[in-house]
Amino acid sequence: MSQTETAIPAQAHRGYWSAVLSRLRRDPVAMACLAVLALLVLSAIFAPWLGLADPYKGSMIARLKPIGTPGYPLGTDEQGRDMLARLIYGGRLTLFIGLMPVVLAFFIGGALGVVAGYVGGVTNTIIMRVVDVFFAFPSVLLAIAISGALGAGVLNSLVSLTIVFIPPVTRVAEAVTSGVRQLDYIDAARSSGASALTVIRVHVIGNVASPVFVYATSLTSVCMILAAGLSFLGIGVRPPEPEWGLMLNTLRSAIYVNPWLAALPGVMIFATSLCLNLLSDGLRSAMNVRD
Amino acid sequence: MSVTEKPLLSVRDLKKHFPIKGGILGRTQGMVQAVDGVSFDVAPGETLGIVGESGCGKSTTAKLLIGLTERDEGDIALNDKTLGRDMNLRALRRDIQMVFQDSYASLNPRMTILDSVAFGARVQGLDDPMGRARRLMDRVGLSADRFAHRYPHELSGGQRQRVNIARALAMFPKVVVLDEAVSALDKSVEAQVLNLLADLRAELGLTYIFISHDLNVVRYISDRILVMYLGEVVEIAPVDQIWADQAHPYTRSLFSAMPSMDPDNRTEKPPLAGDPPNPIDPPSGCRFHTRCPLAAPVCKSRHPVLAPRVQGSAHWVACHLHDANSGHPEAGKGIPA
Repeated sequence: MSQTETAIPAQAHRGYWSAVLSRLRRDPVAMACLAVLALLVLSAIFAPWLGLADPYKGSMIARLKPIGTPGYPLGTDEQGRDMLARLIYGGRLTLFIGLMPVVLAFFIGGALGVVAGYVGGVTNTIIMRVVDVFFAFPSVLLAIAISGALGAGVLNSLVSLTIVFIPPVTRVAEAVTSGVRQLDYIDAARSSGASALTVIRVHVIGNVASPVFVYATSLTSVCMILAAGLSFLGIGVRPPEPEWGLMLNTLRSAIYVNPWLAALPGVMIFATSLCLNLLSDGLRSAMNVRD
Repeated sequence: MSVTEKPLLSVRDLKKHFPIKGGILGRTQGMVQAVDGVSFDVAPGETLGIVGESGCGKSTTAKLLIGLTERDEGDIALNDKTLGRDMNLRALRRDIQMVFQDSYASLNPRMTILDSVAFGARVQGLDDPMGRARRLMDRVGLSADRFAHRYPHELSGGQRQRVNIARALAMFPKVVVLDEAVSALDKSVEAQVLNLLADLRAELGLTYIFISHDLNVVRYISDRILVMYLGEVVEIAPVDQIWADQAHPYTRSLFSAMPSMDPDNRTEKPPLAGDPPNPIDPPSGCRFHTRCPLAAPVCKSRHPVLAPRVQGSAHWVACHLHDANSGHPEAGKGIPA
């Protein structure tokens, strides 16, 4: 008996989320990605205090300086602006319009999907058919159409990208919820006299959130690329604002002159979306209590 | 029905027809008559076993009892209080609880055992849900100190089913509906859980509705047995009586389908041929007449009524063979052996 008593798991008295955190902390890949993302986010937030060059000030003589030029550690762009400063300042807008629409879509789409999946019937039909209408358009086309109608600007890009990402999140949330809804523990919870809201809060959300969250994190890279596309078409962020997607496009013509320089904004986008994807993978396995 | 003392649970004419949607506009194309006019009484402290082949409406009846499926017609009364009239669903659910077949699916995988057991008591606003849950866990044979903070996947099937029993008991219900609660367990664990159920019944004065397809298990735990066929009750009788003498031809074939322990007494010919008829369009008259070896013309035209075999008997059956005035050529003689 005393032997089995000692076999109580070490995390015995911790709640679900602290168990998830402790598991995540033991995942080196996820922690490395988290560190990179934290660096990117913090440097973007504190950019004005980092003693960087003015990201808007160009110089006609110092154009397209290669990486490692004294005074310009990462070189200069096609208008002679300091690349390091523009990349760090660019993180502010890029991360904002790359992450915010997905965050908003996660909550709005998630709520819609959970309601549709749990309530079912006519409510489900109404929500899902409306979502299907948006789904009928390719996401790029939809983003362009909405942004075009609203006009250029950061806020309008934010709105249009949010609208683009609500339908897929709703779909995933609805599918997962109606799967969970079938399970006996929902019936058991209902039969204990709990209201629909309590059942959703206690039993549904916890089991739906992680797959939807993982799906949503995988959308952030798509979102950043879409935002860049909008900027390229002139209906997103407008020059001379530093934004990675926009920078990638304006440096496009320099690709034969200074390919490494032209690739830099792409490297930033790549690193960010890779880290987001790996972090979402780590989160998914950390959220799975079973292993 | 045949209960002399005042029934605890009384079900009258319970009906549930599921619509079948189809076609372009999703129109209703037919109705599955899952439960069609089921009535029975259960006395306090009694265990009623419900048997029948798959698809006969056993589980639907269970879900109707606890309000997980909304009934189309009929009354459910507990302690003389009728659902919808004298009491609401929430009150009913405090007194009737259910244990499901799939022990894993009936526990939230992201919730600790203790939280799962305590959930109902917390929802119903009972005092000290955690202490209550711990005591119940100890009572069903799972040390609360060891198991309280584990997750369902860390437990075996038998342990999980004990958790489910504790969860069902957390509100101190009067009636527990056990829907194939031990069917998924292996035989030795099944026996342990059955004994636990019997102990709990004696200790807490519980009333069980025990649904199973395993006649031996039903016999072990039940006081009376109710036999269902295609959404209807065909026979209801005390265990000893039905074991000694099955009055309905369907019950008889059901019992003869039971594997025998005696090698010299093997079942040679199939007791019942074919699948049960489609419940969307059940046969006219007696629903069993399409498969009944003793069917007569009257069985096709008239629906038999559930009635005592003889005046005042606790053995009720719905078969023309037992009604002398039914017009069945063999009526009144009982079924030939």
